[in-house]
This record gives sequence, structure tokens and C-alpha cells, in this order.
Amino acid sequence: MAAVVRKDVLVELRTGEMVPAMLLFSVSTFVLFHFALDRRSVEGDLAAGVLWVTLLFAAVLGIVRLFVAEREQGGFDGFLLAPVDRTALFVAKATVLFCFLAAVELAAIPAFAILLLGPSPWDALPELLVVLVLADLGVAVVGTLVGALGVQTRTRELIVPILALPLMIPLVIAAARATSPLLVEGATGGIEGRWLLVLGLYDLVFGLLAFAVFDFLLED
Amino acid sequence: MFARGLKSLSIASVVLIVGAFALVFFYAPNDADQGFVQKIFYLHVPLAIVALCGFVAGGVFGIQFLRTGDRSHDLRSYVAIHISLILAVGALITGSIWAKASWGHWWVWDEPTLVSFLIVFLLYACYQPLRFAIEDPGRQARTAAVFSITAGAFVPLNFLAVRLAESFTHPRVLSATGGSMPGEMRLTFLVSLAGMAVMFVTLWKYELTSKQASMRLRALKRRLADEDDRWVPAGRSAAPQEL
Amino acid sequence: MATDADAPAVALRDLGRAYGERVALSGVTLELPRGATLAVFGANGAGKTTLLRVLATLLRPHAGSAAVLGRELPREGWAVRGRVGLLAHEPLLYRDLSARENLRFHARLHGVADGRAEELLDAVGMARRADEPIRALSRGMTQRVAICRAVLHQPELLLLDEPLANLDPGAAAGVAPLIGRASGVARVLISHDVELGLAEADMVLGLRGGQPEILEPAAAIRPDDLKGLYR
Repeated sequence: MAAVVRKDVLVELRTGEMVPAMLLFSVSTFVLFHFALDRRSVEGDLAAGVLWVTLLFAAVLGIVRLFVAEREQGGFDGFLLAPVDRTALFVAKATVLFCFLAAVELAAIPAFAILLLGPSPWDALPELLVVLVLADLGVAVVGTLVGALGVQTRTRELIVPILALPLMIPLVIAAARATSPLLVEGATGGIEGRWLLVLGLYDLVFGLLAFAVFDFLLED
Repeated sequence: MFARGLKSLSIASVVLIVGAFALVFFYAPNDADQGFVQKIFYLHVPLAIVALCGFVAGGVFGIQFLRTGDRSHDLRSYVAIHISLILAVGALITGSIWAKASWGHWWVWDEPTLVSFLIVFLLYACYQPLRFAIEDPGRQARTAAVFSITAGAFVPLNFLAVRLAESFTHPRVLSATGGSMPGEMRLTFLVSLAGMAVMFVTLWKYELTSKQASMRLRALKRRLADEDDRWVPAGRSAAPQEL
Repeated sequence: MATDADAPAVALRDLGRAYGERVALSGVTLELPRGATLAVFGANGAGKTTLLRVLATLLRPHAGSAAVLGRELPREGWAVRGRVGLLAHEPLLYRDLSARENLRFHARLHGVADGRAEELLDAVGMARRADEPIRALSRGMTQRVAICRAVLHQPELLLLDEPLANLDPGAAAGVAPLIGRASGVARVLISHDVELGLAEADMVLGLRGGQPEILEPAAAIRPDDLKGLYR
């Protein structure tokens, strides 16, 4: 499993296909929102919404590419011929997606803070990180599953987004609701526990499901 | 294989549906606030409930297929989701009509059940395009099964999340009057629900039988094909082609 | 019960595999002893690649039975992986990584030491260019690296789809000890070069439309017999 993660990171460093594109897309979207909403700054609910929708779309961009190399360059075959557990591929790819998302967010959130966010997010940073981690986990799990589903199709650039977006709506709901009190001026309050619960539940259910079911996607 | 009990099921569904209609029009009282239009509730809610159950059933058949490799489960899953999708469209339309009549808007965000339902519908609308986009039948079946299981697990999660998110301001008929739904309304509702459920199963079986018949026909044609009768394999399709 | 070591390399009985409604393979029955070579001939689309992929455990049999190295497929496929080496039509290498990185990746997957990858790169004469990305290499060089990948884990059965394609005589000689008769392992070989394939083979299988038309020991076949398959 570590081998697959290492390999993907290497490829990414070499070609820079996914992370820079996702990052660029996020920043462009922030600019777009500025014009579409005709606001100089956002806060609270609106800020949370803009942030999470942007991150979600950026993630979907990445998901489409996640398995493409395997599919087109025979990576699936290479993996399937090895005496390894097939679910390891799932865990590896989800880890890779998680890391890429984290990398994108590392730059995108400061960009968001600079471009659009009214109040400073630094006070509530620890809580923000918690929400980010939980949400990214969910996106990574569901994204990898949908990516694997989509890579088998001929119209994967279309199928992946329309499949992924509805599935991730509960995630966005919980993440946005959890984040909005953090993006308000003078944020001191903690996050509402129930949203963290929903995020955790989502991660757990889909994590287990994907784990159980991934094998069947690779078979022939 | 699938046609067992088809005749009795058909009769039962006709009886129940006619009975439900009769009850709706002649027996159930007019709602005090919403008037006659409220009666669309007897169509809308059963549609929604049966559609959701159908989706989840599709997931269950998906699990069966992955476990046993028996393609008939894949066919069952496909048909269940297929019919549920049609019912879901009906539920959304009737829900919209009801919303317009009761609250003056074609769509209301405050009704968490309706919103959750829309999301579920959007998800399952991808089922057939997904299947169609994969040519190899074995892979198509397996991928569809994985999708049906994932989506089936998604349904309850989705309802939970949306319920938490929207603070509803409109009393929902089911919960607000569930405890206090007058006897006549409850009876009518239950009969409508039963009728819809039986109709679903009947339609499901009909489609299964019909598909199986055409598969048999094609298999026979294939066997009989020889020098004179060229055999041409069927083109791409979202539906399972072979058992 | 025969142990794995006694079992034939390949034992097929009435093997069938369909692609939707189209039949790719049917009625293939043969047994290949350890260390022997089976050459498979046939026109394009005759089912040769399908056969290879079934033996590699990448495809499941749809009919009949298949046993590789004493293990039933697909039930015991997991026990066969790692003991079979596949050289497919595609090199199965990541184009953005170098030869060395690709081999190291596969070495990790198979639990093989890195040193072996280095040995192989030397053996095929690719050591000098092992750090360039695969996309920069010519087809012949890529083929050589692909061969390294196929034999990296010292498989007991080699499945070779046109192994000498794109190789010049010098390179071909270089890989012979790895995948040729001299390697001593059982092999299933697909080749369009009829004379060459015959020379390498102990047994010959000729496929037409997925069905075995010829199945004889190599000594009994002359090149002209095989030309008929391609008409």
C-alpha cells in the first residue's frame, strides 16, 4: 500500500497534473464568486457555503484523474498481478486523494482568507482544522469509490461529477454548518457537536462500505 | 422464473388501487385548511415511500448479486431501481403540485423530506447513464451493483443530514397528524400505500418476465443462426442482456 | 493429492470465456507440463490474448475449468498471483516514471528486493538509461524494461504476448536467457512469427474464432499447417 502511495506522489511531483489544477481552480472560483455575489467580503453562512462548494468542485476535478493513469497505462493489471490484497489499492488511493486535498487546502484557505473572507479565521483555526480533516476524509473515501466506478465508463468526466455531487451533499451540509460560526467576526464559540457527529457517521458508513465493496470493482 | 403469482398480484393491485381511489374520493374527509387538493397526499406520499423502498431493495439485490454472482439478481436490482425512478418523478411532481396548492410555491426548501428526496432522485438518475457507459456486461453489472449498494446506504444518511439542516416551519402532515390523523384518513392512506406497494411489485414482476422472455428469444435465435441466418449481437444497452 | 510442484503448469478443460454475447474462447482443453513451452497461433481476434489473460488470473473463466500451477481458477487465483509473469501487449509501465522507479514499484508490490531490479536492468542493457521517464524511451527499450517487469519476481510460468516485438537482434539475444527456452520455466507464447514460434515450442495451439483448431506437439507441425489459420 505504501508503495502505491509513494508512486502516486512521485507521479504527481513529476507531472503536477492534479494539485496545481485543483488549486488554480479554487482560486479562480473565489474570484468568480466575488463577481457573482457582488460582494467585497463574505462571512458566516455565506463564507462557509462559498468555501465548501469551491472545495467540493475542486475535489471532483481531482477525482476524475485519480484512476486514469491506472486505467490507461495498465496500472490496474500491474496491481492485480501482484500478490497483494486488492483493498490495499482503495486505501492507498484514498490516502493519496486525502493528501492532495490537504495540499490544495493549505494554499486555498489562505487565498480565501485574503480574497474574500471578511473576518480573520486564525482565531478559530484548530476547530477549522478538525472540520477540514473530517470532511476531507469523507471526500477522500466517497471520491475514491466514485472515481473507481467512473474510470470503467467511457464518459467518465461527466459521470464522476454527477455521481459524486449528490453523494457529497450531506457532507457539505455538515461541513458548512459546522464552519459558519467559525467564520464570523470574533469567533469564539466551538462547533456544534452534532455536525461533527454527522461527518463522523458519514465517514464511518462510507468507509466501511467502500472497503467491503471495492474488491468487486476490480474483478473481471 | 419470475412470473409466479403474476396473475393474483395483478388482480390484487387493481382491487387495491380502485379501492383506494374510491376511498379517496368518497370516504376521506376534506381537509380543513387545504381543501380538496390535500387529497393529492394520498398519491404523493405512497409514491415517495414505495420509491424509496424500491431504491433500497435495489441495493439489497446488488448485495445478493455480488455475493452469489447470479445475474438474475442484477436484473432484479436494475428493474427495481428503474421503476422506483419513475415513481420518484411522480412523487416529485405531485409534491410540487401539493406545495403550490398549499403554500403557493412550486418548490419549498423548508420541507426536509422533499429536499432529501430530490437529492436521492438526482443520485439515482445517474444509474442508467452509468450502466450505459460501461460496455462489458460483466463489469457493467458489478459496477451497477456497487453503485446500488452505495446509493442505498446513502438514502438514510441523506435524510438525517437534511432533516438536521432545515428547521422546518411547516407542519408535515405525516408527523403533525400522524398521531391525530382521523380514522378515515388513516384508512384511506393505508389502502393507498398498500395499493401502491402491490402495484410496484406487480410492475416489477411484469418487467422482469418481459425481459426474461426477450433474453430467451435471443438465445434461441442465436442457437438457430447458421450460414443463412446471420446472427448479430445486440448493441449496447443499460439493461442486463443475459442471465 | 498432488503438491503444487508436481502439478502441470497449465491444465485447461473445455475452457470458455465470453464477452457479452460474443464468444471469445470455447472448448479449449490442454495440459502443459512444467518447463515446457506452448506456442499459440491465430489471426487477430482469435482469442489468444483472452487465453493469456485468463491464465494470468485477470479474467475469470466463464465455462469449463482452468488450473494454473496446480491451483483452480478463479477460486484459488490469489495463490497463483506472484508466481505468474505476464508480458502483455501494453508494457504495463507508468509513462511518467523512470524505468528504475517502475521496477522498484513492482518490486515492492511483489516483495522483491531492489537489487534484483538493478540486476535485470543490467542484464537487458538498460542500466544507463534507467532514470529517464518511460515516455522518453523508444519502443524497443520500453519492451526491454517491460520484460524486466515480467520476470522481476521469478515466476514459475511466463505468459508472453509477442515478446520480441520491437526488439533488434542484439536486444533479442540479451533477453533470451530471461524469457527464452534457457530460462527453464514453463511458457505460453504468442507469436506472429510462425517459424520462430515453432522453433521455441514443445506444443502448439492454433485458435480460430476462439476455438482450438490445432493442438499438437510441435514436432508434428510444419509452418504451412499454421498458415491456414490466418486465412
